[in-house]
Amino acid sequence: MNGTETILRAGARNLGAALFLLGSGAAGAAEYRLSVDPVTIDTGEFVRSGIGYNGASPGPVLKFREGEDVTIVVTNNLTESTSIHWHGLILPFQQDGVPGISYDGIGPGETFTYRFPIVQAGTYWFHSHTGFQEPDGAYGAIVIEPKNREPFRFKRDYVVQLTDAHPHSGDRIMRNLKMSADYYNRKQRTVFDFFSDVSKKGLGATVDDRMAWGDMRMMSTDIEDLQGFTPLINGKSAQQNWTGLFTPGERVRLRFINSSAMAYYDIRIPGLQMTVVQADGNNVQPVKVDELRIAVAETYDVLVQPKEDRAYTIFAESMGRTAYARGTLAPREGMSAPVPELREDPRLTMADMGMSHGGHGGMDHSKMGQGSSGAMTHKMADGSTMEGMDHSTMGHGSSGAMTHKMADGTTMQGMDHSTMGHGSSGAMTHEMADGSTMQGMDHGGHGAMAMKGADPFYAPGSGLTPVAAEGGKFLSYADLKAQKPLYEHRAPTREIELQLTGNMERYIWSINGVKFEDAEPIRLTYGERVRFKFVNTTMMTHPMHLHGMWSILDVGAGKWNPVKHVVSVAPGTTVYMETEVDALGQWAFHCHLSYHAGSGMFRKVVVEEGPEHSKALSGAKVRG
Amino acid sequence: MAKTHGRVEVFPRIVRALLLCLAAFSFPATAQEKSPLFYSVTLERLEYRFGDESDVGAWDGDAIIGRDEWKLRLQSEGEYERESSSFETLENQLLVQIPVSDFFDAKAGVRFDTPEGPDRVYGVLGLQGLAPQWFELDADLFLSERGDVSARLDVDYELLLTNRLILTPSLEADFAFSEDRPIGVGSGLGKVEVGARLSYDLVDRSISPYVGVHFEQLFGPTKRLARDDGEPTDQLFFVAGVRVRF
Repeated sequence: MNGTETILRAGARNLGAALFLLGSGAAGAAEYRLSVDPVTIDTGEFVRSGIGYNGASPGPVLKFREGEDVTIVVTNNLTESTSIHWHGLILPFQQDGVPGISYDGIGPGETFTYRFPIVQAGTYWFHSHTGFQEPDGAYGAIVIEPKNREPFRFKRDYVVQLTDAHPHSGDRIMRNLKMSADYYNRKQRTVFDFFSDVSKKGLGATVDDRMAWGDMRMMSTDIEDLQGFTPLINGKSAQQNWTGLFTPGERVRLRFINSSAMAYYDIRIPGLQMTVVQADGNNVQPVKVDELRIAVAETYDVLVQPKEDRAYTIFAESMGRTAYARGTLAPREGMSAPVPELREDPRLTMADMGMSHGGHGGMDHSKMGQGSSGAMTHKMADGSTMEGMDHSTMGHGSSGAMTHKMADGTTMQGMDHSTMGHGSSGAMTHEMADGSTMQGMDHGGHGAMAMKGADPFYAPGSGLTPVAAEGGKFLSYADLKAQKPLYEHRAPTREIELQLTGNMERYIWSINGVKFEDAEPIRLTYGERVRFKFVNTTMMTHPMHLHGMWSILDVGAGKWNPVKHVVSVAPGTTVYMETEVDALGQWAFHCHLSYHAGSGMFRKVVVEEGPEHSKALSGAKVRG
Repeated sequence: MAKTHGRVEVFPRIVRALLLCLAAFSFPATAQEKSPLFYSVTLERLEYRFGDESDVGAWDGDAIIGRDEWKLRLQSEGEYERESSSFETLENQLLVQIPVSDFFDAKAGVRFDTPEGPDRVYGVLGLQGLAPQWFELDADLFLSERGDVSARLDVDYELLLTNRLILTPSLEADFAFSEDRPIGVGSGLGKVEVGARLSYDLVDRSISPYVGVHFEQLFGPTKRLARDDGEPTDQLFFVAGVRVRF
């Protein structure tokens, strides 16, 4: 397990160990060996058997160089079949490591040799794509050193790989969820919560709220399907306290990787601002934040510069606030800093149920400009706060009816309706059932709205919208701008709508209402630029991951849209991403929550040769 | 001769097909394969009832195996009276269950009653699921071998005092459309059982000990039949038990 603590090389002055580099690094070819082994996972809170690489979970940090050809010899020492998927790497599809799509997998006792060129740089990871081996411990990190100098400097370089280790095996978790979807939800609303709500909001509002959720047979606390896990950083629990060393004043690069099966984390380092320089392996225009949310399977590289001679806590709360990971940055071993309390757990609102957006099926922020029937409703069934929402892009709705219903003591602050411009019949209703306050509203004579500051990647009024713990800036997808576009910006050739669907009670997850096992593959043609429209009709947040090709997330920045491999889609929202279809073969496309993927939210994508094959290839790609 | 030959051929083919199906189910999905079989074994009630006249040992549970599209359920209920050393109730059902809506399954199968006294076999048709406001419903229609039709409604509600301390009120009502005198069933509403059990999830949701009350009341002709036989027509029990789920 110590392998992952290794300081990676950061320039020539600070040499850490370059791990597992068995072959020569010269002449652009390197050979690596990985064994897939049964291991014991000891979180300090529980001990269980699991699966690891080279005898440990997490596995080693694989260090590649951009431009080299790698050979990775994988030996399966398990009694069952396995596989390794190189998450985020662009490679020939036969090397992608998804059983049944890329290849047959690696049988027990067998050895499989992966060979592919490294055509990118940045932070990635690898994991088993077989059954629930990844939640059982089969994951590790990948760091690819770039060919050219990076546009930022640092002295220390650490992988900070998060996971949500669970005492139950993946198979057992899946079975329990299937038999009883709320098996692991220990955050359900109790009788005492009811009375506490009554005293806060009054009987009527509380009963209305409970009835609304009860009517749907859904739970406002259903943010983490899977609770009872122990968050780990590089294999260490909060009490085991993974520590990265620094000398005061040094710039430290932290490569956050969320290798969890199910848990999103909100990460902060009290006392330090983080400068986000990379997302999903691709450089972004630096953005300073106080806190960030990392979806399952995403990576974020941040720079921090601790100046004082003291310890700093890396604090990662799960999105549902059921547990936290904690590590330490310290000038010396054995130091620690105060560990914050978990914040109060969030609750979903009716906005997260997708009830807010009449004809839109979610917050369609990129298209609202032209929306001719932009009916928007903000209903908040419970004590949610609506702060600083920015609808400034809503522009020209010709019948932009907006309704804000708040069932109870909700505060609405800082709303500015002056910029909504041209609504020709902009009917707005603000219904508040009881003593709510609305401050600073400016309707600017137009019935127009712009609520500034809120994250457009959450449904307006969402209970999940993140807020920085100690004030300050919380990273939004909207802040991510590519440092250097990977592709020439062009209009998409086609749009494909993917509704993210599910039956919570039966724990069936699907796309467009169809489970993987019943679905036809998505067929793409080489040379297309496909615009994927994700419409999240469920109450869960889904980190969608397309293998083999980049996901250009539409944040409204045109050619500067960030290039990712995971796109998280919050409940009640619509999110777009575009993909330059530049990799032939068969690929997986799925929600990266293990038990969602495992129960049907998964597709095979087939990229076939088209007539415009070569033309598109030469025209579209800017960077090699 | 040809007939026999045919049968010999067909039978192994069916067996082979079944084995293949099972094999397909038992390996986890890699890609495009059917999802594996899920199973559970639950004893919703495994309890001892302390009564005025007699104590009763009782269980109510099921074993399920299946997939999203279908489930096979073995359901078992028994009440063993200590005083008479006999089974007041011994009921086993074998059911096939398929989803008919987001929250409800339809089920069909057979029910075998083999308590003290005459046995009965029933055909079962039912609906089971989660109703709005979190009521767990189970409604069954039974047709006995003698042609008698009866119905049963079972409603449970879980009231969370905390996330582990749970109060479960329950109601079960039996209704018969015709009389089946040998087993003491009169026409109309015959029996109502109400209970409230306070459980604590000790280990996950696997082991949850509980205490509670259980009350049974007979009605109408059924009540008269019981009175004529000198059996109690209403009984109040204090119960202690454990819910077990694998």
